[in-house]
Amino acid sequence: MSLLLQPHRRDGLVLAVACGLIGLPYGVLADSAGLTMAQAVALSVFTFAGSSQFAYVSVISGGGNPATAVSGALLLAARNALYGPVVTPVLRGGLFRRAVAAQFLTDETTAMASAQDEPNTAHDAFWFTGLAIMSLWVAGTVAGVLLGASLEDPGAWGLDAAFPAAFVALLVPHVVTRAGKVTALIGAVIALVAVPTTPAGVPILLAALAVGPGMAVAARRRSL
Amino acid sequence: MSWTALAALSAGAYAFKLVGVVAGDRFADRLAPVTVLLPAALFSALIVAMAMGDGPSLVVDARLIGVAAGVLAVARRAPMVVVVMVAMGVTALVRVVA
Repeated sequence: MSLLLQPHRRDGLVLAVACGLIGLPYGVLADSAGLTMAQAVALSVFTFAGSSQFAYVSVISGGGNPATAVSGALLLAARNALYGPVVTPVLRGGLFRRAVAAQFLTDETTAMASAQDEPNTAHDAFWFTGLAIMSLWVAGTVAGVLLGASLEDPGAWGLDAAFPAAFVALLVPHVVTRAGKVTALIGAVIALVAVPTTPAGVPILLAALAVGPGMAVAARRRSL
Repeated sequence: MSWTALAALSAGAYAFKLVGVVAGDRFADRLAPVTVLLPAALFSALIVAMAMGDGPSLVVDARLIGVAAGVLAVARRAPMVVVVMVAMGVTALVRVVA
């Protein structure tokens, strides 16, 4: 129990509980889209990307064709390719363990790992958060499929505000430097422009361009 | 509902993840100046998309007020569990009142 009380594990658990709760409406939606329990759970285990799964079942339940649904969902999953290089410095072990770790790359595990100062803590934060989220996300999915439409809309609990607020806390260690602040600010502006003008998933990819100006600021600081 | 689409989605999603890990391992040194700033860029964009995105449009609603309350909690160095509870509580409260 004392291990659970380490701050990074406590935070990982908070994120996992939020993911478990958001798994409920995913399960409900998957069920109403015609997915079986096995299919809904398989997506939660093997795709393991919340926004992609929501996008997929939303298109299917709206009568869209599977190819459209898959391509839209993959666009949302593409940002995980950018998370890899952020997380690899804290990963350990050989090829197999890294290939397994790749499956656990999400917004949350990347944010938790990269928010830690100490490499051991970062490594533990990645795996603890990843395994906790996987467990509760699957549990939420099962409960959502079983309970179906009898569930109350989690929007009423304010759950949609939980993730952006948690990520504000996780952003803090990345905006300590001037370069970090500039990067974050430009990233936010890119999102504001891109959300209404590009397909879901693209705004986050475009935001990566904010690193350019951030690096320029960092270089100018060094040369002074 | 066929399994083919589900397999394609899972394989594609994993491919993105794996490409990132392989690239990170191979080019760690060269990527370091980029990866140190990447979380700032991606997570701030993610916050905007999650706090204001509603399909293809930006909306200002109870959720954004809740997130703003969460930001205040972060500024006061509250632990994440408090930040999340404050954001959820304020959002739910605004929805009840409005």
